[in-house]
Amino acid sequence: MRVGPGAYLLLSAILFAIGVAGVLIRRNAIVVFMCIELMLNAVNLSFITFAKTNGSLDGQVLAFFVMVVAAAEVVVGLGILVAIFRKRSSTSVDDVNLLKG
Amino acid sequence: MTPLLAATASERAELLVFVVLAPLAVVTAVGMVLSRNAVYSALLLVVNFFCLAGFYVLLEAQFVAAVQVIVYAGAIMVLFLFVLMLLGVESQEALTETIKGQRPAAVLLSLGLLVAVVGALAAGVFDAAPASLATANEGGNVQAIGRILFTRYTFAFEIAGILLVVAAVGALVLGKRQP
Repeated sequence: MRVGPGAYLLLSAILFAIGVAGVLIRRNAIVVFMCIELMLNAVNLSFITFAKTNGSLDGQVLAFFVMVVAAAEVVVGLGILVAIFRKRSSTSVDDVNLLKG
Repeated sequence: MTPLLAATASERAELLVFVVLAPLAVVTAVGMVLSRNAVYSALLLVVNFFCLAGFYVLLEAQFVAAVQVIVYAGAIMVLFLFVLMLLGVESQEALTETIKGQRPAAVLLSLGLLVAVVGALAAGVFDAAPASLATANEGGNVQAIGRILFTRYTFAFEIAGILLVVAAVGALVLGKRQP
């Protein structure tokens, strides 16, 4: 018995769903960020699985670029988080409600 | 040893590694979502990233596996922990639901998403013949990635560099105390 691409894709779907649930459930903005990272990694896993099934390296290069964009996103996102914390002394997403009608 | 026997041995090894790492990845992901302490969440996520690096090695993506460990498990998670410690770990997260019934709805919706994706998988949308990267990885995975990155994807590579510079400058501006 060998591990086919389906097993990796299934695992990727499970990890993505866990990430979605985390973003919807958690209130701490830093943990929400971690869940977004989990989702990005789940998608990376399917990219690399598809790279293998297609016999080409384009999927791996795409996963590499996803990592670059994720790094940039984390840097700016955590910067915004620190700026919000200075103003409100809280990292809960519910406390950022200045624009609420 | 004949090539057939060697292939089955490597397939057995792949199956063994997958059977160990896949449940570990799912358990650490669930633990990350459910953990009360944000530091535990971060550490569980690091374990999850290491599992994913193992899968990348199984899928013949050695370069991406190394980048995963160095950049994700190393740099990005250290940044997360740094910010966690800087802001102070909040011991209690607000447990009251802002929107009534949000948590069950969230679980239900993400389960629905999972069912939809698994349904697409079962319907054979992504059913591909098992292939190998042996020809594409000729002369080493890192060399092959380097070749393709500096020929077909040169422009995207340059744009990625600009993006990283802009992100670094943006983080500096955001982090500066306003006078």
